[in-house]
Amino acid sequence: MKVKLKIWRQKNAVSKGKFVTYDFDGASPEMSFLEMLDALNTTLIQKGDNPVAFDSDCREGICGACGMYINGYPNGPVKGITTCHLSMRYFKDGQTIVVEPWRAKAFPVVKDLIVDRMAFDKIQTAGGFISTNVGSAPDAHAIPVNKSKADDAFDSSICIGCGTCVAACKNASAMLFVSAKVSQYALFPQGKIEAKERVKAMIQTMDELGFGNCTNTGACEAQCPKNISIINIARLNREYFSAKIN
Amino acid sequence: MSSFLGSSVSKKFVMAIFGLFLIVFLLVHLGLNLFLLSDNPEPFNKAAHFMASNPIVKVFEIVLMGGFLIHMLWGIILQIQNWIARPVQYKQMAQTQISFFSKYMIYTGGIIIIFLLIHFTNFYFVKLGLVEGDHENFYGMAHELFTIPAYLIFYLFSFLILSFHLNHAFQSAFQTLGLNHNSYTPTIKFIGLLYSILVPAGFAIIAILLYFSN
Repeated sequence: MKVKLKIWRQKNAVSKGKFVTYDFDGASPEMSFLEMLDALNTTLIQKGDNPVAFDSDCREGICGACGMYINGYPNGPVKGITTCHLSMRYFKDGQTIVVEPWRAKAFPVVKDLIVDRMAFDKIQTAGGFISTNVGSAPDAHAIPVNKSKADDAFDSSICIGCGTCVAACKNASAMLFVSAKVSQYALFPQGKIEAKERVKAMIQTMDELGFGNCTNTGACEAQCPKNISIINIARLNREYFSAKIN
Repeated sequence: MSSFLGSSVSKKFVMAIFGLFLIVFLLVHLGLNLFLLSDNPEPFNKAAHFMASNPIVKVFEIVLMGGFLIHMLWGIILQIQNWIARPVQYKQMAQTQISFFSKYMIYTGGIIIIFLLIHFTNFYFVKLGLVEGDHENFYGMAHELFTIPAYLIFYLFSFLILSFHLNHAFQSAFQTLGLNHNSYTPTIKFIGLLYSILVPAGFAIIAILLYFSN
């Protein structure tokens, strides 16, 4: 399988990057997209060139480290998956594939396709926690939890913080990520204690880090590899107004 | 209070509240415009006089103008922040399937501002005495304007653009206010779709009828 790869190459955070074209015939439909990049890197190393730098860790769709922008889609043209789950069988023989890093002021490029996503950690640190006594695990039935709320909280908690929402949004907004993190705590009794401070702190940090504003286009929801719903954003808005008024 | 108004979520909240206020006003305006179809100028002129002189309406007018200015100003500020948030654009155009009109709100909004400036010059500024005109006969002024083909075309184009703007704005305002649930959001979206088609179409049909009646 032969593909024409147009990949963003950037030496470091301060240098000016550019697209470099590679005619690569070492791909096969059975490969994952990352395996194809691995194979490309092997040929580049053999030629004495610098390999293409990209993030990856679990390669099981769990960590979300591997995100990149492929042919106009974050994580490629298949819905509900991370880049590591993207297979080369979704591309045609001879197809041109444009590969770019996430583009956002809050996610500066470190090298090639690697971006610094520490901004998400800063938002999480600002309020994404609950206070609880340490020690042995409490009785699971000690605090009753509504089943439907527990289900909603679980659906929110599966956000892996990959940054796809920011990459997909035309405004580079992080509202889907923040809303998922706020929701997963707000829906539980244990999360109510710091609910007001949490939502205010996380929104403030998000704004300070230079993410864009949500304009409800729904691109984040459409591309999220974990199918996080924008219903979370509405909940975030409610939590915020409630925290500010009370 | 300043921190409430300062955050991105709060700015969106203010935009949504005033946006919904403008949406309601648009319906009132359409109701008044129906009087233009009458052969008798009195009902429309009386309604216009009532709108210009009633103290309660005057309070609403201040809120309306303030709301329009804030909606416009906040929209521009948020858009500039959004452009800054992505200083380097993608080479490949985004392929994600999203609402078509949601991508162009700042541009459709800009065209609506231009239309409103012309509309204000023709009517509202006349009422305020800033522009010369017969402020006791808005009926005649409206009928006269719609005899001009270029004005009619611009008017129809503006309401087409308004329809695009409302298509996203209606349901977006509810989402911003925190109202999104599987049980009622489909209804909100349906009403928004109907509103965005029927109300601008109402204005357009009245304009076309006036053109052909003159």
